Amino acid sequence: MPFEATIDAFAAALAEPSAAPPPMTRGRLGVADQRRFSVYRNNVAVGLIGALEARYPAARRIAGDDAFRALARAFIRAGKPRSPVMIAYGDDFPEFLAGCDGVAPSLADVVRLENAWVEAYHAEDADAAIVADLADLSPDCLPRARVAFHPAARLLRFSTPAASIWSAAQGCAGPAERVADIAEDALVTRPDVEVSVRVLPPLAYDFALKLKDGATLVEAAEAMNDPAFDFGTHLVGLVESGAVASLIPGPLS
Amino acid sequence: MTVADRANSKPPGLPGVGVGFKAEHFEPIVETRPALGFFEVHAENYMGAGGSPHRRLDAIRERYPLSLHGVGLSIGSPAALDRAHLDRLAAVARRFEPAMVSEHLAWSTHEGAFLNDLLPLPCTRETLVRVADHIDEVQNALKRPILLENPSTYVVFAESTFAETDFLREIARRAGCGLLLDVNNVFVSATNHGYDPHRYLADFPLCAVGEIHLAGFAEDSDDAGLPLLIDAHDSPVRDPVWALYAEAIRRLGPMPTLIEWDNDLPAWPALLAEARRAERVTAAATVNNAEPADAL
Repeated sequence: MPFEATIDAFAAALAEPSAAPPPMTRGRLGVADQRRFSVYRNNVAVGLIGALEARYPAARRIAGDDAFRALARAFIRAGKPRSPVMIAYGDDFPEFLAGCDGVAPSLADVVRLENAWVEAYHAEDADAAIVADLADLSPDCLPRARVAFHPAARLLRFSTPAASIWSAAQGCAGPAERVADIAEDALVTRPDVEVSVRVLPPLAYDFALKLKDGATLVEAAEAMNDPAFDFGTHLVGLVESGAVASLIPGPLS
Repeated sequence: MTVADRANSKPPGLPGVGVGFKAEHFEPIVETRPALGFFEVHAENYMGAGGSPHRRLDAIRERYPLSLHGVGLSIGSPAALDRAHLDRLAAVARRFEPAMVSEHLAWSTHEGAFLNDLLPLPCTRETLVRVADHIDEVQNALKRPILLENPSTYVVFAESTFAETDFLREIARRAGCGLLLDVNNVFVSATNHGYDPHRYLADFPLCAVGEIHLAGFAEDSDDAGLPLLIDAHDSPVRDPVWALYAEAIRRLGPMPTLIEWDNDLPAWPALLAEARRAERVTAAATVNNAEPADAL
């Protein structure tokens, strides 16, 4: 049998749980053996489920082992990994869950947060700006300055208190905190080695998103359309959070 | 680099006994600085852009030699190698400057999908040529010889025309690569296919071996109720594998040896104890060929 045909038959049987073992495979008795072939099938499934459990530990804790495993199995059935770099496997699990019926919105949100956490964890190393860097910009330049975000920075808008739920599920024993039922915005970043997750105050997400889309500071502030919006406080907060790589001065007015 | 250039070019060696490095063991390792020959990592775990994994491996690399073990190149696939993945492997090798790079006699990708397991291939003239060509391509990209690891297998193929040991000997000769002798894999495959692991070792092209792997297996049974061992890397090295290792060392002399433990990780002292046992077995098998079992 040509090499390609053997491997095609093996891969086809691997993908179909009820398929017979490929006829060209042999056990000790000289015939194809279901239990032997199942070791390969099982290795694949266990490896992929394990990768999802490792990437989404809080979601697993919140959903429970059985429910999480059922979601993981459905995800695995929907598509194979596209790359041997398994540290990226499951980065489309959030999209998959968003399209599943019956998944609690808070669970889907926690999965989005955990995915952002892993992406930040593996993101390119870069220095983060510090608040003192703001003083280096002349007041004339500041309004038209733009923000270069840190490669690890991820902005997240939830319909649920996902960041508080995630935080409460971090495995520290103790009385379960009551989580207020409000929609949270969060910022995930990694200014150095530690990934940080913070809940954003009102308008901070909208302001940061405008900046991320390339608005100048003054454009972003004006877009908030709120006379109470304190541009200085929000800018300092964003820089303090470690989400900013650098401030790019605008042209002098 | 051509095959002729690389003929008889043995990869530069690693010293002593090493263990697979896991982030969970980072703190005890940097705090206690155990005397170990080297650490080995799966190359794919360091293919992210940056962050803690890179920092930790930098710290390990400052203190110990490193062995880079690839699990995703799919060298045993009939299809062309994934050049993007080969480039990633080369980038990891440039960054961490390992003393050794190794991969598997297995395939793991099919039609663009990664199947996340080390899958078996028939041993035929056709597959031999393909595997040797792939290794040549890898070695040219990395600009160094690699070691190819013998597999654990649960099935064999009706069309195979080579014994696995002859197949590996011929690949090493053609591609000018070294071999990684996984002693646990020898024991697992020998049990699964009903041959004598000591006979396999006697037939193995030992002159090409540059590293040994040791690991634990899991036990199951096949359709006929015959024993089926699974290469699980989740438990201590078993006694018959230690005995086989002692025999390999008697034949080879001291050889860089890795304790592989990837799943259900033990606390660091338990893993270190496995490495110390490998050192004792090596010492006994090297000094006193008559009674190596004393060290077991």
